[in-house]
Amino acid sequence: MIGIGVSTGICSGHIFKYEKKTIVVEKVSVTDTKLELERFNTNLDISEKQIQEIMINSNAEIAQIFEAHLEILRDPEMKSSIEGIITDEVINAEYAVKQVIDGYVTMFEAIEDEYIRERAADLKDIAERILNNLLGNSDVDLKAINEPTIFLAHDLTPSETAQLNKKYVLGFITEIGGKTSHSAIMARTLEIPAIVGIGDVFPTLETGDFVIMNGETGEFIINPDDQTVASFEEKKLALELERDIWNQFKNKESITASGEHIEIAANIGSAEDLDAVLSKGAEGIGLFRTEFLYMGKSDFPDEATQLGVYKAVLERMGDKPVVIRTLDIGGDKELDYFDMPKELNPFLGNRAIRLCLGHKDMFKVQLRALLKSSIYGNLHIMLPMIATVDELREAKELIREVENELKIEKIEVADYKLGIMLEIPAAVFAANILAKEVDFFSIGTNDLIQYTFAADRMNDNVSYLYQPYNPSLLNMIDFVSKAAHKAGIWVGMCGEMCSEVNAIPLLIGLGLDELSMNASSILKTRYMMSKINKKDAKALLDRALECENQAQVLALTEEYLGGL
Amino acid sequence: MKSASVTIKNPTGLHARPASDFCKLANSLGCDIKLEKEGKAINGKSVIAIMSLGVGQGSTLQIRTEGEGEEEALNSLVSYFDTLED
Repeated sequence: MIGIGVSTGICSGHIFKYEKKTIVVEKVSVTDTKLELERFNTNLDISEKQIQEIMINSNAEIAQIFEAHLEILRDPEMKSSIEGIITDEVINAEYAVKQVIDGYVTMFEAIEDEYIRERAADLKDIAERILNNLLGNSDVDLKAINEPTIFLAHDLTPSETAQLNKKYVLGFITEIGGKTSHSAIMARTLEIPAIVGIGDVFPTLETGDFVIMNGETGEFIINPDDQTVASFEEKKLALELERDIWNQFKNKESITASGEHIEIAANIGSAEDLDAVLSKGAEGIGLFRTEFLYMGKSDFPDEATQLGVYKAVLERMGDKPVVIRTLDIGGDKELDYFDMPKELNPFLGNRAIRLCLGHKDMFKVQLRALLKSSIYGNLHIMLPMIATVDELREAKELIREVENELKIEKIEVADYKLGIMLEIPAAVFAANILAKEVDFFSIGTNDLIQYTFAADRMNDNVSYLYQPYNPSLLNMIDFVSKAAHKAGIWVGMCGEMCSEVNAIPLLIGLGLDELSMNASSILKTRYMMSKINKKDAKALLDRALECENQAQVLALTEEYLGGL
Repeated sequence: MKSASVTIKNPTGLHARPASDFCKLANSLGCDIKLEKEGKAINGKSVIAIMSLGVGQGSTLQIRTEGEGEEEALNSLVSYFDTLED
């Protein structure tokens, strides 16, 4: 069977089927409404204390979910509505609570807003908490788990998830839910493997059934045969071993077996990604996408906002290089506040540097912020989508203009480096000319492959043409690398190709000086690199450049990696 | 009683964070606070009520404050709306 894998890891164990007691609330008349109001208010206090206790024992991400619970619990409107029903109808608190919160849930669920619909789930969780407290139902079911189990539930509220004891709950499976549901987020934070949205399995599974689950792929197998268990166990062991080995490379330098240093940097989309990047020991930022500053806003970000973000990233990285790419937007990525005409072919249209050079006033704001940030760290400015040397010269002229303006304003600009993305075939074959104009190149493989093979990789019918190992592409990279080194500048790569195991020996053979990837691939790459001898990589590359097609290249790299 | 009218400029409207932040501010003020949209008035200290009002971008809201410090309260609530950006 298969569900949605939301938290990675492999585990096996016996099912604990969580059959939630339906909370039965009856309408009962009371004799003393004052006493009933007191009972209700005491229970609010108890609920509040319980939530605060969960928050104390949680990390920031989980605490935030419960912070929202507290806010609702303290809502004056909800409180007075419940009290109103108790007093007016002379009835029990349970009934009033259910009446009021059910009303809110119905109302929230009808609103076309994802955030508010999520709050409906929070409201249900809160209602359950208050009702269980009022009825004296304990949550004994969850805390009673005292042996390793795989927890199976229809759904898990944040409150229930927070109660799961990590010592005994090896993983959990729920019938409903998605990648962004609260319980999925919590599973990832708690580092418990989890699968959600598997559908109606309650009739087929019983407490005690043995299952194995893979929280990455979403696969799980009920009562597997010995052979399947063995193969899962093997995968699990290999995964753990691999992680252990990779972790040893956290604070090491990125060097090949023959001693050459190749910088391993990270791609980031916002300053928040820095924690993950630093924890994996990145030697720099090879691509900082600045689009997030512009998207989802009501107007262009001003200079101060941009400067704040650039400064924060540069300062955090110290003297490590930080490559910030100027705005790469247009065509498919639109901004609400910026009127961009519809284009027939957005990927070949007015985007990135083309758009920026056409809107110099807008572009100058970003350039000003970038140049001002130069005093805070090791700044590298990178221009995307350069096709010709004329575009590059026009951009450089604009940068000079901004620099002069800052000089006149007596604002300090420190040393910085300027480079370009190589992602258009025309620029690849102009690399000899372009290299004389800049300090570095970074090859953007995703777009370069798309433009080289004239194939949109999101289009299933032509996605087979997305071929990073095709000799055509390798020859282009080889050309760029030689041109860069001839001019004495460094050349890196940022793109998904960098994080592929098969690509590592080829990229080393190509003589790239920097590889920039997602934080999660850094340790694996550094480990692989340490096993590869540059001379062997060079020999492998020479053979690959002579191949006829991608399949032949892959056969070579697999053979090479298998012999390591 | 003091009252003022504001127009919501940010794209998310008075949902999510902004609703919660507004509510926190309202609860820190001593006087009564009402929000009115298209004739429907709600308690400005209730995050549930604010979210259920469905205040999107472009909505016009009437803020009413009554009681101790009503004038300063109104000023700080109005200026809260000026700070809303996203």
